[in-house]
Amino acid sequence: MFDYQFFIEVLVGGLLSGVMYSLVAIGFVLIYKTSGVLNFAQGAMLLFAALTFVSLVERGVPFWLGAGVTLVIMVALGVAVERVVLRPLVNQSPMALFMATLGLSYVIEGAAQLLWGTQVHGLDLGIKDIPFEVGGVLISQFDLFAAAIAGTLVTAFALFFRYTRTGLAFRAVADDQFAALAVGLRLSRVWAAVWTAAGVVALVAGLLWGARLGVQFSLSLVVLKALPVLVLGGFDSVAGAIVGGLLIGAIEKLAEVYVGPLLGGGIEAWAAYVVALAFLLLRPSGLFGQKLVERV
Amino acid sequence: MLLSKSLRTAALAAALAIGAALPVYADEQFFPLQSYRVGPYAAGGTGFFGGFIDYLNLVNIRDGGVNGVKLTWEEGETQYEVERGVEVYERLKNHPGVAAWNPLSVGIAYAMIDRITKDKVPLITINHGRTDSTDGRVFPYVFPLLLNPYSETSGIVNYIATREGGTDKLKGKKIVVLYHGSPYGKETIPIYQLLADKYGFSLEQIEVPHPGNEQQSQWLSIRRAKADYVVLRGWGVMNPVALKTAQKVGFPVDHIIGNVWSNSEEDVIPAGDAAKGYVAITTQASGAEYPVLQEIIKTVYGAGKGNLDDKKRIGSVYHNLGIVNGILNVEAIRIAQQKFGKRTLSGDEVRWGFEHLQLDPARVEALGAKGLFHSINVTWDNHEGDGRVTFQQWDGVKWKVVSDWIAPDWASLRPTIEKSAAAYAAEHNIKIRTSDDTAVSE
Amino acid sequence: MTTPIRSAAVRWFTPNRFGLAVLLITAYAVIPFAGSDYLLDAVLTPFLALALAALGLNLLTGYAGQVSLGSAAYLAVGAYAAYNFNLRLPGLPFLASLVAAGFVAAAVGIVFGLPSLRLRGFYLAVSTLAAQFFVQWALTKFGWFSNNNPSGVIDAPPLAVAGLSFSGAVGRYVFSLTVVVVATLLGTRLLRSQVGRNFMALRDHEVAAKVIGVPLLRTKLLAFGVSSFLIGVAGVLWAFAYLRTVEPAGFNLDRSFQILFMIIIGGLASIRGAFLGAAFIVVFPLLLSRFGAALLGNVFDSGVLEMSQRIVIGALIIGLLIAEPCGLIALVDRVADKIRRRVFPPQSRPIHN
Repeated sequence: MFDYQFFIEVLVGGLLSGVMYSLVAIGFVLIYKTSGVLNFAQGAMLLFAALTFVSLVERGVPFWLGAGVTLVIMVALGVAVERVVLRPLVNQSPMALFMATLGLSYVIEGAAQLLWGTQVHGLDLGIKDIPFEVGGVLISQFDLFAAAIAGTLVTAFALFFRYTRTGLAFRAVADDQFAALAVGLRLSRVWAAVWTAAGVVALVAGLLWGARLGVQFSLSLVVLKALPVLVLGGFDSVAGAIVGGLLIGAIEKLAEVYVGPLLGGGIEAWAAYVVALAFLLLRPSGLFGQKLVERV
Repeated sequence: MLLSKSLRTAALAAALAIGAALPVYADEQFFPLQSYRVGPYAAGGTGFFGGFIDYLNLVNIRDGGVNGVKLTWEEGETQYEVERGVEVYERLKNHPGVAAWNPLSVGIAYAMIDRITKDKVPLITINHGRTDSTDGRVFPYVFPLLLNPYSETSGIVNYIATREGGTDKLKGKKIVVLYHGSPYGKETIPIYQLLADKYGFSLEQIEVPHPGNEQQSQWLSIRRAKADYVVLRGWGVMNPVALKTAQKVGFPVDHIIGNVWSNSEEDVIPAGDAAKGYVAITTQASGAEYPVLQEIIKTVYGAGKGNLDDKKRIGSVYHNLGIVNGILNVEAIRIAQQKFGKRTLSGDEVRWGFEHLQLDPARVEALGAKGLFHSINVTWDNHEGDGRVTFQQWDGVKWKVVSDWIAPDWASLRPTIEKSAAAYAAEHNIKIRTSDDTAVSE
Repeated sequence: MTTPIRSAAVRWFTPNRFGLAVLLITAYAVIPFAGSDYLLDAVLTPFLALALAALGLNLLTGYAGQVSLGSAAYLAVGAYAAYNFNLRLPGLPFLASLVAAGFVAAAVGIVFGLPSLRLRGFYLAVSTLAAQFFVQWALTKFGWFSNNNPSGVIDAPPLAVAGLSFSGAVGRYVFSLTVVVVATLLGTRLLRSQVGRNFMALRDHEVAAKVIGVPLLRTKLLAFGVSSFLIGVAGVLWAFAYLRTVEPAGFNLDRSFQILFMIIIGGLASIRGAFLGAAFIVVFPLLLSRFGAALLGNVFDSGVLEMSQRIVIGALIIGLLIAEPCGLIALVDRVADKIRRRVFPPQSRPIHN
């Protein structure tokens, strides 16, 4: 007898986890879209943001002030990365840029721990995580809240890119870097804006993931959850990141519960990649990704 | 006053002059420390090595060393990575007067077994390590002191039995073991099965892939299985996430029993309220009320030589484990000195000391550690030393002991251990020692 | 007037070959006698193993243009395969297990290289992560691979080839050195053959390569196969000559990145670059940590030093990528060229290959 209620519970849990993956994936997409960089430092930025915020709050700084100060620091970091790392590397191969972001992640991780120590911290956002029941299915309050935040963030970005000059410039750069340069757009300003946006995403994702995992070094590992989402959704599509996240979340959980026992369990770590891969073989640039011929 | 000072200076100079004539070998016993203060497991590393160093400092400051033999150490950062541990081993192994190695890492310990056996220096893996190294007949230099993974398993099952009112009440109960997807996590699978068959409880063992930051599906399965107890055999970030996810699916937290690597403050603090009521096994109680800790606070921290940056962590689980580890190392040296003389000992002599490391509760009390840990009784063929375990419950702020000292069922585990050790001996052409082979080699 | 034979010999004996000869003589005749156990066991042997892995990845990424983030998985496959050949076929000479392990790694590499037929760039790079996670999972999951050892960690048997025991630091070093030298020679020959030219054609322009008749499918899979073969052999060295123990956790994503760093820092599509990159990534952190401990060890604890080193290494990687995008090898060549010009002022311009 197939237990539908349980199935739905797993599905819902998976979708809600998927939102959390999307949140991390969006940070990647923003940067990839405009500068063609797979920014592996996203995880380190996430850790840095969460650690900074928690450490400030633990030192007695009020919640919102702490969030504000962290935001300012993340923006400064974003601008600095554009200046010091990206600008000198302009026109380098995507591989070199990728490696540079790996180097950057060392720097940020080291600095974060040097500044704030290696202790683990709890992070309480004030949302109780007592589940409630809908038709016999338990739903997590916290995950719903996280989904709402992610939704708000995405809407805010969508509006920003549609209705502001910087947003327009962003889309122009994403479409065609050279054309954008030719019409006199300042690439560096767009990049700085994008890295700032990625910093904001890192802060939000860092806080939400930090509340789930505790703020500690392992927080930077959540990027590994975002990578199959990117493959599935396309590296350059915000919509893809969201749909991809939901799909990966759901598939991963269903696979673990229903296929896992056949293989001995613990398949979550690679199941997502296999699914994403299988899909890619049908559609090589992801769900929503642009079809591009590219070389590395 | 002035005179006495200059007299003392003269005496010191004379002593130095005489000392210079003696072999250059100062009376020092050296501890190479493969510590990890950075990376994912830094919280455990800073606590454990901090406690260890704090105790060594206490012995140096308070007693002037062990019978006048000063304790020294040097740290090499490993980040918990095996090859960095090996690098530190190769770098420090030729330092004069190495007493013992204490890596606190299964992977590094494994890589060192061949090396330390060849170099004849003890390898201490307190509370962890290779289970079959308990068999001193095959592993003369390896000491999984106090608790090996099998004993831990048995201790946890015995504790659940006491909660239920006897081992006969385990029949028909459902226990789920949630284990980390690594060799460490999998090590106890056959032992839980063995005990399930013995006591008649039903058992399900579920893997959480490394690093364990997502456990929704596992906990939904646990809820569906209607488990009575969940044993958490976790590691790092997996622990707080387990507690949080348990809350998310409505599993009662006081029916989750953590193993020895899921029992620290660092495992529960990130989980916040979700951890309140969680129970975990330990070999050493936490808290700073024990005399030895008070002395460390007064003597070591008072002199500004404390190793922990954050004084709030004094008396935390990992810090106390480091202190107990310090006590065991120092006492092994003291015991060996009684036989070989009050001087720098060779690694093999320290090994002899560990093989005679017998501290009964009275001796533990004399060391100021009554209640901190129970006792130990290492012999040449039992390198674990029959450590007792206790259980502690997290009240949201600190751990509180909630059980007596419980003895694991060593007798029923020993055959499995001996079988595995014998297989190792056969594979490596090792002659199985008898009690006649325990003398120290020249 | 020189005889033709002598001039041929002179022509053959280029500065590069002269340098190589000096290097080999030093590696075989000087280092084993002059080097300390620490230098051999903790620095040179891991350097050799990782240099071979970097060479393998460089064939794939540098020469054939296919990016892989799964190198650590092939290292693991090689290590575990050699262990099992050694364990389950008792009569098999160790060298045979070494080569067989390479072939097993090659087979696994080809399977996980299949997506390359459809994917490019980062899509391919991320999809190779599937190998990374799957292999680690499988090795932990199935006890058979580690001979049902309760903790899944296996110890390597002692090294012996044809009755010759390579125990001891010197033995392990010489063994690794020989394997690496032979593998490098084979790799170099392969690159100078038609296969190597196909690799480069594939990298430089896939469509063009197809037009001039390079069999894409075969070439791509061959690149994955050869590369994983070399990485698999490197895994055997890593496990048997260096660590002498194997656990799946040691072959994680960080290791893959480390190998990728080596070829990018050393120089893509350069054999010497792979060695230079490996030397940099293996030796430099050790030097930095010795230096830091000696200089500041009394002021800060090892944790602070380690984190500062992390920052320095990260910054240095970025700096190198900015200053020398073609890798250390370009830097070395330039400096060597400068010295050569100063010592032998050029009559005719040297030809670069």
